Amino acid sequence: MTLLTTALVTGLGLGAMYGLIALGFQITYSVCSRVNFAQGSMVMLGAVLGYVLTQRAGLPVIVAYPLTLVGCGLMGLLVEYLLIRPFAIRGSDAWLMATVAGGILLDNAVLFTFGNEPRSLPSPLVGTTWQIFGTGVYPQQILIPVVAVGLALALQILFRRTRQGRALLAVMQNPEAARLMGINTTAMISGSFALSAMLAGVAGLLIAPLLSVHSDMGTLFGIKAFAVAILGGMTSASGVMLAGFLYGLVEALVTTYLGSSYTYIVVFGLLIAVLAVKPNGLFGTAALRKV
Amino acid sequence: MHVRRPLSRRTILAAAAALGLASAVPATAQEDPIKIGLVAALSGQSAKSGEAITRGITLALDKINGDGGVLGRPLELISRDDESNPGKGLVAARELVQREDVAALIGGLDTPVSLAIVPFANQSKVPFVGPWAAGTPITKNGAEENYVFRVSAVDEIVDEAITEYLVTKYGAKKPGMILINNPWGESNEKGLTKALDARGMEHAGIEKFESNDVDVTPQLTRLKENGADGLFMVANVAPSAQVVKSLDKMGWDVPIASHWGPAGGRFTELAGDSGEKVHFIQTFLFTDPSHPLFVKLQEKFPEIETLADVTPATGIANAYDATLLLAAAIELAGSTDGPAIRDAMYKIEGVEGVIKTYDTPFSPDNQDALGPDDYVLSQFVDGQIIPLKD
Repeated sequence: MTLLTTALVTGLGLGAMYGLIALGFQITYSVCSRVNFAQGSMVMLGAVLGYVLTQRAGLPVIVAYPLTLVGCGLMGLLVEYLLIRPFAIRGSDAWLMATVAGGILLDNAVLFTFGNEPRSLPSPLVGTTWQIFGTGVYPQQILIPVVAVGLALALQILFRRTRQGRALLAVMQNPEAARLMGINTTAMISGSFALSAMLAGVAGLLIAPLLSVHSDMGTLFGIKAFAVAILGGMTSASGVMLAGFLYGLVEALVTTYLGSSYTYIVVFGLLIAVLAVKPNGLFGTAALRKV
Repeated sequence: MHVRRPLSRRTILAAAAALGLASAVPATAQEDPIKIGLVAALSGQSAKSGEAITRGITLALDKINGDGGVLGRPLELISRDDESNPGKGLVAARELVQREDVAALIGGLDTPVSLAIVPFANQSKVPFVGPWAAGTPITKNGAEENYVFRVSAVDEIVDEAITEYLVTKYGAKKPGMILINNPWGESNEKGLTKALDARGMEHAGIEKFESNDVDVTPQLTRLKENGADGLFMVANVAPSAQVVKSLDKMGWDVPIASHWGPAGGRFTELAGDSGEKVHFIQTFLFTDPSHPLFVKLQEKFPEIETLADVTPATGIANAYDATLLLAAAIELAGSTDGPAIRDAMYKIEGVEGVIKTYDTPFSPDNQDALGPDDYVLSQFVDGQIIPLKD
């Protein structure tokens, strides 16, 4: 019994992290069919900025965390301006490699400036544990799914209900027509990358107290989150979140019942199998091919 | 096919210039330094350990050069960063041997990196002394002429020591293993299984985890459900901290005997107070700030203020002693020729290191200078590593 509850609680906790990071992929993909492959490094940036501003500069969380997100947003704008746009306007797919390279660059820049030692970002929410069905949980672990689901819903609303959101939808449906209708397509695309990086920053701040802060902490998250985004179908925020939970649960269940040696073999094997059957992901819809 | 172009005038000029430089050097022949190459992780998660190795070698070189050097020549250190990457480590080792013409190599902080360098060292007949990586097959590599030596812990012996500790101190009957998923973890899986087999004991499971895993609870729960009454832990500092955090969350208070991973950084900052419950192997500890080597460390590196600032003292001591042994061998060999140095390694007598005095520390059957008697079980207290009290 403990095995099952542990697997469920751990899986949902991890799944929320993956989903939250994957939302960043979904946003930019929806708007311009491109993603920032340095998403894992954006998570790291959030954690590192949070650490530096609170622990080294001594700022209170209420000031430091918004500043962190501003920093991440600016980095997102920079990524779009330097690593995506120059290739996109030439119709080249080299942005793919450019963002991967950008991530490696950022990891190494942080290594030199932040230092090479893993550090700990404290949070009052990892000070105590709550008992749920016989397993211990840090309050921080509960906070992550709450924030993640909240943000996914907020994004859904942003896209459907607000003027900017509808403009974004218009851009994704037909960029040319949107531009002719007076929508600033370029700004919309930049904005989506800023938002995407900010979501990664939120994930970084939330995950850091459970992990440790160091320059390559985001790499594995970035890869798993991309898998989740693909699995979720890239088109809807709620689909990506659901895929995140599913991925986390499968990962934890496999580790618990088959043992950790099988985790990646089974999880990625399943992922390939699912995509073979449903090439657009579990919750995705086929993109309209424009002729 | 790459077509070899005839030598251009520029190449010839460059070659001539290089020759001119080379021939200019012997004018100061007496001072021509003997180069020692260091390949270690100077950046990344293990960087603090790499820094410790560098500090140990630097102090040893200061002492050796202060005493007149080796063969009347000063020793010079040339460092390369392997970023804990076996490929980069091998490239760096090759570059040091082929371009820098080093007399010997020190380093290989991570077992996978060392294992990548071992065949190259043996083939090119350049002595390779390890001050850190503990993987058993590094020195027991099966080469007919083995150029790999070590002044550090050895997994197989560490595993025996921590098994003995869990059994005698805590009466463990069915311990479980939580190991990092890499060759270092595998090396210890073998060693621990061997140590348990020798006692006719069973284990409660062998669980692996990744270095960036956030939650190790599922693996630990499996071990707990299987009735583990003690844990063997093998991982570097940050992943070790994740194990402790997950144990904390589960509220599972179990004796932990660990390899020396936690010593590589600010373990109790990362793991919280429960980090103090982890007992791990060290080969050397500073217990007194008036220790002569600690005083020298502070003189050389003013940023070291207290004993807590040199958490991997092991790395400093191992590297210091390794450098002294290597220098002694070069002196005995009377040349910087690889095979001659290797032969001389077996004849070292009375070298006073910081860990112990070395009398014939190496033999062709045992290329490891340290054994179980040199291990100290330790723990963190207030951010500082101290020996365990019985």
